[in-house]
Amino acid sequence: MMDWQALTLTLRLASVTTVILLAVAVPLAALLVLGRGRWLAGLEALAALPLVLPPTVLGFSLLVLLGPRTAIGRGITALLGHPLAFSFGGLVVGSVIYSLPFAVQPLVAGFAAVDPAMLDAARLLGAGPWRLVRTILLPLARRSLLAAAVLSFLHTVGEFGVVLMLGGDIPGATRTLSILLYNQVESFDYAAANRTAAVLLAFSVVALAAVYLGSRPRGGRHA
Amino acid sequence: MLELSLEARRGGFHLQLECRFASDWTVLFGPSGAGKSTVLRLVAGLERPDRGRVALDGRAVTDTAASMFVSPGRRATALVAQQAALFPHLSVRANVAYGLTGLKPSEREARVEEMLKLVDAEALVDRRPGGLSGGEAQRVALARALAPLPRLLLLDEPFAALDGAASDALLERLQSWLRTHDVQVVMVTHDATDAYATGAEVALLREGRLAALGPAEMALATERNRIVGRLSGAKTD
Repeated sequence: MMDWQALTLTLRLASVTTVILLAVAVPLAALLVLGRGRWLAGLEALAALPLVLPPTVLGFSLLVLLGPRTAIGRGITALLGHPLAFSFGGLVVGSVIYSLPFAVQPLVAGFAAVDPAMLDAARLLGAGPWRLVRTILLPLARRSLLAAAVLSFLHTVGEFGVVLMLGGDIPGATRTLSILLYNQVESFDYAAANRTAAVLLAFSVVALAAVYLGSRPRGGRHA
Repeated sequence: MLELSLEARRGGFHLQLECRFASDWTVLFGPSGAGKSTVLRLVAGLERPDRGRVALDGRAVTDTAASMFVSPGRRATALVAQQAALFPHLSVRANVAYGLTGLKPSEREARVEEMLKLVDAEALVDRRPGGLSGGEAQRVALARALAPLPRLLLLDEPFAALDGAASDALLERLQSWLRTHDVQVVMVTHDATDAYATGAEVALLREGRLAALGPAEMALATERNRIVGRLSGAKTD
């Protein structure tokens, strides 16, 4: 029997995370590509850090940061009326940070591939940074935008270490498909584990196929 | 009137220029690597000089001493380069209208029509840049640059993609329109015939320095002597 609660929670988490990530990653990638100054190298490194950071370390750090031991954690608890750790909101925060490079890097690559002569032309015609992003960079790098959205979504769907550390295993609040799979394996329910794994695999295959279909020229790559 | 006092280093290249272009049409002439395109980019605000000042009609748009830099879109300056750089995802109409955000839709449409007529490209209005020839794309790029009615037009060998007759006819129409709208032009070329054809003031640039400034006959006298010398040398060989 499929655990629909875990499935809908996973989809909700991945959708909310993807929307927030795109809202953050598009201006960040534009700043990294269009901006000037050495400090941008530091910012780019910071945005890529979750790639090399072990998920458990990131989850543990966020657990401490958002918990009652720090002023930030206490402030958030006072503001929301409950701690962010072990809640859906906490999972969203962890997922956004954990998947940030998967949204930023395809966008940086896509924006950087846009002919600088077109950006110059738009600037001379009065386009400011936001109009450059909206009317030139995003339309010309729409495949990168699609890749960023799909990678962010899939990365969040398959996330385990951060979710376990930060959210634990609360049905309906923090029990995602990855946590469910872990529980099923722990209790030797391999038939259920197979079904859950198949659902996770199906997400990945379908979404990646959509990305490759979108980025493939109609006449083939060498037509 | 365009006043320049520029100093810029690009790798091993050092540009040092102090001059004033008062003529309606100035040709910036010089060999490849003389710094002609760099001057245009510095004037347009697409690059910043290490030190210096750029003033258009007495109004400073770059002044490093005063930490002043007006962004490219606020200089009333247009630049058309050899590469048309049309926006491939927009129609010709939308390309030409790109810089006309301040106008009402009806005024915008009228301006687009006027500009496309000027460059003889009315028939292309609904086409996408991907389907245009090099010459057509270049004419649309010119229409797009002129549509916001700039005070200064910078041309970086923009007629390279046009054939001779089309280029001459366009140049004639363009000169008349620019005079009517009081637009000053600085055109980069390495073709001496362009310099003579426009009857312009010529600034001869060599290795990042101004070598001569004046009427074509005067500014290009040394260049002409050099070419004649080479030709007669070749004859005697």
